[in-house]
Amino acid sequence: MQQSAEFGELRTAHRSFAFPLTIAFIAWYLVYVLLSNYAGDFMGTKLFGNINVALVLGLGQFLTTFLIAWFYSRHAASKLDPKSEAIKSRMEGDA
Amino acid sequence: MSPAHTAVIDLAAASDASEHRPLIISLFAAFVVATLIITVWAGRQTKSAADFYAGGRQFTGFQNGLAISGDYMSAASFLGIAGAIALFGYDGFLYSIGFLVAWLVALLLVAEPLRNSGRYTMGDVLAYRMRQRPVRTAAGTSTIVVSIFYLLAQMAGAGVLVSLLLGITTDTGKILIVALVGVLMIVYVTIGGMKGTTWVQMVKAVLLITGTVLITFLILLKFNFNVSDLLGTAASNSGKGSAFLEPGLKYGASGTSKLDFISLGIALVLGTAGLPHILIRFYTVPTAKAARKSVNWAIGIIGAFYLMTIVLGFGAAALLKPGDIIASNKAGNTAAPLTALEIGGGGDSAGGAILLAVISAVAFATILAVVAGLTLASSSSFAHDIYANVIRKGKATEKEEMKAARWSTVFIGIVSIALGALARDLNVAGLVALAFAVAASANLPTILYSLFWKRFTTQGALWSIYGGLATAVGLVLFSPVVSGKPTSMFPDANFDFFPLENPGLISIPLGFLLGWLGSILSKEEPDKGKYAELEVKSLTGVGAH
Repeated sequence: MQQSAEFGELRTAHRSFAFPLTIAFIAWYLVYVLLSNYAGDFMGTKLFGNINVALVLGLGQFLTTFLIAWFYSRHAASKLDPKSEAIKSRMEGDA
Repeated sequence: MSPAHTAVIDLAAASDASEHRPLIISLFAAFVVATLIITVWAGRQTKSAADFYAGGRQFTGFQNGLAISGDYMSAASFLGIAGAIALFGYDGFLYSIGFLVAWLVALLLVAEPLRNSGRYTMGDVLAYRMRQRPVRTAAGTSTIVVSIFYLLAQMAGAGVLVSLLLGITTDTGKILIVALVGVLMIVYVTIGGMKGTTWVQMVKAVLLITGTVLITFLILLKFNFNVSDLLGTAASNSGKGSAFLEPGLKYGASGTSKLDFISLGIALVLGTAGLPHILIRFYTVPTAKAARKSVNWAIGIIGAFYLMTIVLGFGAAALLKPGDIIASNKAGNTAAPLTALEIGGGGDSAGGAILLAVISAVAFATILAVVAGLTLASSSSFAHDIYANVIRKGKATEKEEMKAARWSTVFIGIVSIALGALARDLNVAGLVALAFAVAASANLPTILYSLFWKRFTTQGALWSIYGGLATAVGLVLFSPVVSGKPTSMFPDANFDFFPLENPGLISIPLGFLLGWLGSILSKEEPDKGKYAELEVKSLTGVGAH
């Protein structure tokens, strides 16, 4: 089964989505950490009232986390679940 | 008498004056009684090993999401982050962000494959394609080490909290409290197993969210829901001005401390998906889809909670004198309960005493639920990985395995009580960050390689687990956390050769490197058949338990 085209598609559908996205959110998080460390003036820029860039970027991390979770779940439900369920029911039917 | 002692006594005296101390004790007692009833009820339904280790795998995605939140939002999140923000402003906020973003690693790469391919422990997945005995031993060892680090933090939190509330300042009194927490967690786990622990965690999550919403609302109310105003007051009250709202107060002082910040950041984001007590929660739901759902719920609940920690922490900074926070606990761990007292009307008022009691009971519930989860993770791993599969070579009966799990619970409980007494003055969020660093160094590389890299071998797994574990723990041992600074565990000794408080920057890449190196240098071929089996099982759930 692992060698089959059908499973290959499922594997690709998972990896080609999850791997780049993981790299992307870790990179974005590291950019935020590095900015906090080495770009203090920029982060301290006040945008409105006492709200500065640092706080907005921090809240941005929350927002992107929620969005990525939603995005992945949508992908999983539409692209991964049907494939894996088909494989599973066929293999368990054989057994 | 030290200033810390005076402040604690003042506060206790204040609660005395309004005669609300019995209220605090009654709330603690009510929670303990309620959870014990749940535990006994769950214990009656715990018959098989799958009941004990995985709660019968019958929880829904939402229930498990709630329980995950209850398992994850520890004293570190509640007391530690609020304290870190109250003292260091913006730099404390990094914890909230790292603790949340980390869930994406679990969601995208770990939760579903783990649910499909394992049975009861993290070791099930790590050892799947490998020679069982050596890898199970390694997985069991690192599970127990990570959990004990984490337990230490919770015990420190319990000691701090109770000494604040009950005015217990003697060492004997604090040790007795830590012992009480230890005994309760032993009871929860030995009797209730995963079912009891899960329900305790769900109840705790609801209490924690409710309590936090209440305090957040009251703080915001005081500032007419003007967050900018709240931040401004916090900044000026802190005496640091606008620097309080910018990165750098804690970590910006030197090149070394900046590296420490990066180290902490990496450990936080990569640690969650390697925490055994979190990973075993995925076995409590029937399918991988339910595991995904539970992570989504957890991200929602935990995210909302961490957003509120911003208000809680900056609120503490705005409403309290910085000197009072430090005087009560050097690491800031009591900032949240002190804020509750203040927002309710101050030390002499009934409102203040009631809020203080509520928030403290919530924190106490938080600690108990988390220690139960940690103890369950380590005793499961001891019984299932080490006892049943290594010592008895897979020939132990279910009954014998559960008996071993219960005895190891008692043993781990006693060890953590003993260690808990040592860690009182460390910031609990900092201590938990160490557990994250160890988990990210020793566990995460092997989990990811096992699931996704076909050339990974037994030798790679062992190098990665033991190498990551030894480096992370070794670096902590020689760091300022343990010696050399007034806030260290042993302030009078000096063996702090490693300058960073968090070892992640070195130990996490090393864990990944060793896993790769051990595999390519290994004489034995990777087991291709087993990998094919694992790959199909992990993505489709064929033959999943």
